[in-house]
Amino acid sequence: MKSVKSLLILGLTLLGAGTLLTGCGVDPSAEDVLFVYNAGEYLDPDVIDLFEEETGIKVVYDEFETNEIMFPKVDADPTQYDVICPSDYMIERMLQNDMLEPLNYDLLPHAINIDETYYEKSNAFDPGNKYAIPYFWGTVGILYNTEAVEEEVTGWDVLWNEKYKDEILMQDSIRDLYIVPLKKLGYSLNSMNENELKEATDLLIQQKPLVQAYVVDEVRDKMIGDEALIGVIYSGEAEICIEANEKLDYVIPEEGTNIWIDAWVISQGSRHKEAAHQWIDFLCRADIAAMNFRYVYYSTPNRACMEEELDEEELENEILFPDIDQYENLETFHYLGKEGDRMYFDYWKELKSVY
Amino acid sequence: MKNNRRANSFALFGMPYYFWAIAFIIIPLLLVLYYGLTSEAGTISLENVFAIARPAHAKALFLSVLLSVGCTVVCLLLAYPLCLIMVNRQKAQNSFLLFMLIIPMWMNFMLRTYAWQSLLEKHGVLNTFLNTIGLPSLHLINTPGAIIFGMVYDFLPFMILPIYNALQKIDPNLIHAAHDLGAGFWQTLWKVILPLSMPGIISGITMVFVPGLTTFVISALLGGGKVLLIGNVIEQEFTQAYDWHLGSGLSLVLLLFIVINMILSSVFDREGNGGLL
Repeated sequence: MKSVKSLLILGLTLLGAGTLLTGCGVDPSAEDVLFVYNAGEYLDPDVIDLFEEETGIKVVYDEFETNEIMFPKVDADPTQYDVICPSDYMIERMLQNDMLEPLNYDLLPHAINIDETYYEKSNAFDPGNKYAIPYFWGTVGILYNTEAVEEEVTGWDVLWNEKYKDEILMQDSIRDLYIVPLKKLGYSLNSMNENELKEATDLLIQQKPLVQAYVVDEVRDKMIGDEALIGVIYSGEAEICIEANEKLDYVIPEEGTNIWIDAWVISQGSRHKEAAHQWIDFLCRADIAAMNFRYVYYSTPNRACMEEELDEEELENEILFPDIDQYENLETFHYLGKEGDRMYFDYWKELKSVY
Repeated sequence: MKNNRRANSFALFGMPYYFWAIAFIIIPLLLVLYYGLTSEAGTISLENVFAIARPAHAKALFLSVLLSVGCTVVCLLLAYPLCLIMVNRQKAQNSFLLFMLIIPMWMNFMLRTYAWQSLLEKHGVLNTFLNTIGLPSLHLINTPGAIIFGMVYDFLPFMILPIYNALQKIDPNLIHAAHDLGAGFWQTLWKVILPLSMPGIISGITMVFVPGLTTFVISALLGGGKVLLIGNVIEQEFTQAYDWHLGSGLSLVLLLFIVINMILSSVFDREGNGGLL
């Protein structure tokens, strides 16, 4: 009797200790510290060491899985992170909520390394490029197994093909998921029209029995491991999959899709603004951008990096460096406001609750 | 006078826990209550609680109850006979068996759930094994069945320990007496052992049913995002929609279920000796 209880208590204590001991104790008001909040696996860890060595600033590095998880955390206390790397539509939202600090380009001598094209594209969410410096960009498309999928894949239709029941992976984050039906139907992926969204949801409900799973990061592992044959995925992730599994190929669907830009911003009220600028400038350096490019393997907007650091073989890669002008209907996301988010979310719940 | 002072100093020992309970149980619950019963404009409203009636939410709640009941029944059917076997063993064997049950609890439960993911996958360990011995693959992952399976695996110890405790407490003389008076094995089990172990059973049911009802991690990992439970709805309201009011409102509905469950168990367990902790 007694031994049962003590064993149980020991077990529970260990369990509890594991969950409690995750915080870390760096004083947020200390001077030579920088709090960085980045998406998962989105930076070469050696870059942090190099930055710390060169500047003497200690980096406290945290990662988030999705923009939606990042936002409430930063909103609750904007000063807990100094630099953040959100996606386009989330930057628009943070701007609307006054959560960002304007950039001082005098402190960013390497910002000119970023190609003009991407500054232009960034105007869509950051008018005048006052707040954000592009970091990586890419498209969302279809990754498929060329050995098992016989027909030529050109558009989103293949995701509704009964032949591939239980072999299809869809994205689990709401806006990314809705790119597919909205673009298939020829609508904007920023649609706020109830009828269009209803139609898109019906299309997804119709597709649900064919879908193996709605996942985010697992698309990569599952496609590499032949666990599924077709998956909706970011171009950069697709490239990693193809490197690991030669049978795979990636297409940008002809009906159009999303082009996205992730960019560095400084949070409003940051206690380490100068260090934050130093960080962003550091990442704009051609050699550092090349390190990150080779680690993350997403499309870099850094022209200097492409010209000076990357070799021809790397630049020939059509997935990472596609000729964007050749595709029509490449759209960036816009933040749709609370109402828009709510609308998408309610339709998404309808889809998810169908069984 | 002296007794009183002793009682006071014992109360002092309780301070760390009182602090803990207030900071991490009472205040969060009050926050949930506040958010759940107010609208975004700050006015009092029951809208977020009644939102449970919306088709998507009601379906998710129904599925959660269904899966949780399923999990509880399976746990009970597995745990009770096992506990009967254990109490009839010698002490040393018994501690070893219990130890074997508790060891998995030392590993993070997320990790264990991930492990089940790769075991049950289409080309996972189990199906690979079946294929090698010439049997067809089974479609296991991303179904409600897989979720029940994961829940049973994670929550089984919470059923076993209280039942085992209750069975241990039964005076063997009562069982001998039953046998002396002519009762067979089944009759003794039904008329003596089962009623006496009822507090343990009730406690076990509560400890499995409640976490089962509120789970969202297991359903996310083993359901492939295709099965929406009420726990997932609440989690998504907080993390994706950032609507704390609706999330809290729906949590209050779940809280109601938990309170009902607790009332039922206190009715069945009047003597108050079935508690595990």
